[in-house]
Amino acid sequence: MKTNYNYPDKNGKFGQYGGRFVPETLLPALYELDQCYQEIKNDSSFTSEYEKLQKEYNGRPTPLTFADRLTEHFGTAKIYLKREDLCHTGAHKLNNAIGQILIAKRLGKKRIIAETGAGQHGVAVATVCAKFGLQCVVYMGETDIERQKPNVFRMKLLGAEVRPVNSGSKTLKDATNEAIRDWVTNVKDTHYIIGSVVGPHPYPMIVRDFQSIIGIETKEQIMKAEGKLPDDIVACVGGGSNAIGIFYPFINNEEVNLIGIEAEGLGIETGKHCATLSVGEPGIFHGMKSYLLQNSEGQVEEVHSISAGLDYPGVGPEHSLLKDIERVKYFSVKDDDALKGVDLLTKLEGILPALESAHAIAYLEKLMPQKSKDEIVIVNVSGRGDKDLAIIIDNLSK
Amino acid sequence: MSYIKDYIEKLNGRNRKALSIFLTSGFPDKNSFIDLAKQVLNSGADMLELGIPFSDPLADGPIIQASSKIALDNGIKLKDVFSFSEAITGGTIKPVILMGYANPIRKYGVENFLRDANNSGVKGLIVPDVPLEEYDSFFESGVHKIDVILLTTPTSSEERIKAIDEKSSGFVYCVSITGTTGVKENFSDEVINNISRTRSLIKKNKMMIGFGVSKPEDVKTFSPYCDGVIAGSAVIKSLLNNDNYDTTLKLISELSRACE
Ligand SMILES: Cc1ncc(COP(=O)(O)O)c(C=O)c1O
Repeated sequence: MKTNYNYPDKNGKFGQYGGRFVPETLLPALYELDQCYQEIKNDSSFTSEYEKLQKEYNGRPTPLTFADRLTEHFGTAKIYLKREDLCHTGAHKLNNAIGQILIAKRLGKKRIIAETGAGQHGVAVATVCAKFGLQCVVYMGETDIERQKPNVFRMKLLGAEVRPVNSGSKTLKDATNEAIRDWVTNVKDTHYIIGSVVGPHPYPMIVRDFQSIIGIETKEQIMKAEGKLPDDIVACVGGGSNAIGIFYPFINNEEVNLIGIEAEGLGIETGKHCATLSVGEPGIFHGMKSYLLQNSEGQVEEVHSISAGLDYPGVGPEHSLLKDIERVKYFSVKDDDALKGVDLLTKLEGILPALESAHAIAYLEKLMPQKSKDEIVIVNVSGRGDKDLAIIIDNLSK
Repeated sequence: MSYIKDYIEKLNGRNRKALSIFLTSGFPDKNSFIDLAKQVLNSGADMLELGIPFSDPLADGPIIQASSKIALDNGIKLKDVFSFSEAITGGTIKPVILMGYANPIRKYGVENFLRDANNSGVKGLIVPDVPLEEYDSFFESGVHKIDVILLTTPTSSEERIKAIDEKSSGFVYCVSITGTTGVKENFSDEVINNISRTRSLIKKNKMMIGFGVSKPEDVKTFSPYCDGVIAGSAVIKSLLNNDNYDTTLKLISELSRACE
């Protein structure tokens, strides 16, 4: 079944998910984007520029680090860490921003907009805009501006305008609404760089393809180090871009377990969480059909996570399909456990992970006791935790 | 034959453009909403477009967003929208149209939604986040007796406008500007050129112009290129700014006079 896994289809659908649920104004721009992407993706002038930037600007390939003390701590399978925290700007988000800024250039767009939650995507976009000399506007919820201050300063330093969003829960969902409204208004000269595998087609596909560089490298690196594929790959899921990035090249390797970790916030039973795939149901939101946290009237729920990058009621449509066909298993990890994950990785490996990535680390507590010594587990460390220091210090001193 | 098309045609036959007024269901107040809607019709509106409040109204600017939030805070649910519709349509031949985002409709069940809309006298439906591409799968079991109205925008190509006309029934909603709903000071030549282009491509349905229509002058500006106009944000803004409805009703009667 999965050997011919080939999505999205020509209508931009991943099974029943995905699509283009946006106002008419944007449809021509989505076709234009799709067409441009199809043209450039096999065009050597594009791919060589893209690869050069990934290597010489982003610092790829990122290492696959054997975590010997973490391995010893659990005493079962070998643990490797894919080090997206070492990307220039501190998270996997730049992989996508580099690809998309090159597209924007080919489309002749002068102005770039983006939404951001943790600020990592905002920083990545502001960075490529600085590098390519394009105007940059980043929408960010007021709650996130408050809790991710270092990234707000970075974006401003990079020359971006950060527009605070004070509607709804004042987080990523609302920043995305505002970015889409901006795009509807300024679509003629503006390219919208979406930060995850969400939104209308072709975004979930384009962002996945650019992020797949993570999994492609991982595969080569683990084959070199161990001569075999891993047994499990664990990644956190907000919109789902770092997860799909590392999973996608392994989709047809059915012997590899793929595990996505959502943010459980204060716990499912409290209603203050973002475990979209675990307890949501299919809905239509931000231009896509996908799992969604919603109430009985179809209104989108206000959600919670300690990590701004996972604090989102939706999820990428491909993850919805991967859940339904059971190719990926999704679990969730609470705020408190994520904080413990930060502590664990920092103390044992000297790597300070982002709160988002710490959700994947924390899941090892559940996973590792089920593993044996001859197995291999890879965790995607999607970003570094410098941006979260204030929250971490605040919580660990409680 | 579409009830809405027939109705607009009759107005046009009397040398009048149709005036459709947008109200957010249950805004500003749940208990007096039906009364407000009836007064709006009595003040000269020919049609009503009732917005279904949604938590994340992507196609709307700050004014309608604010009204949507107030309506949700007032506890408005889909069943309230249907009971408003029933009460309003009971006493008039003027068509009532619902405008709502895809997710609440999907959650209710598209078929159930269309059935209950029809049972409460609703004649048409606008879903701004279900464009041509998603129409067939969203309305997979047909649209029953409800006219589904699609939107054209300044970015729509000729082919798209023709296809939108083909898919729509009743009228086509011509969005005047690229942008969200809101109040505009004036319209450029580009806007007018685009509207007149759109007009020439629409053959099957009536065409109404909306987004930014806020004063009698706007109605006069657009009249030569359409069969009717839709005013939303200007009305909602007036309701937000005034405690009683008089100012708003006066605006509506001025807009209505400009339709003659
Ligand atoms: C470090 C890091 N990891 C993960 C995420 C979540 O996004 P995604 O699920 O698209 O990887 C973010 C988002 O801001 C992030 O900054």
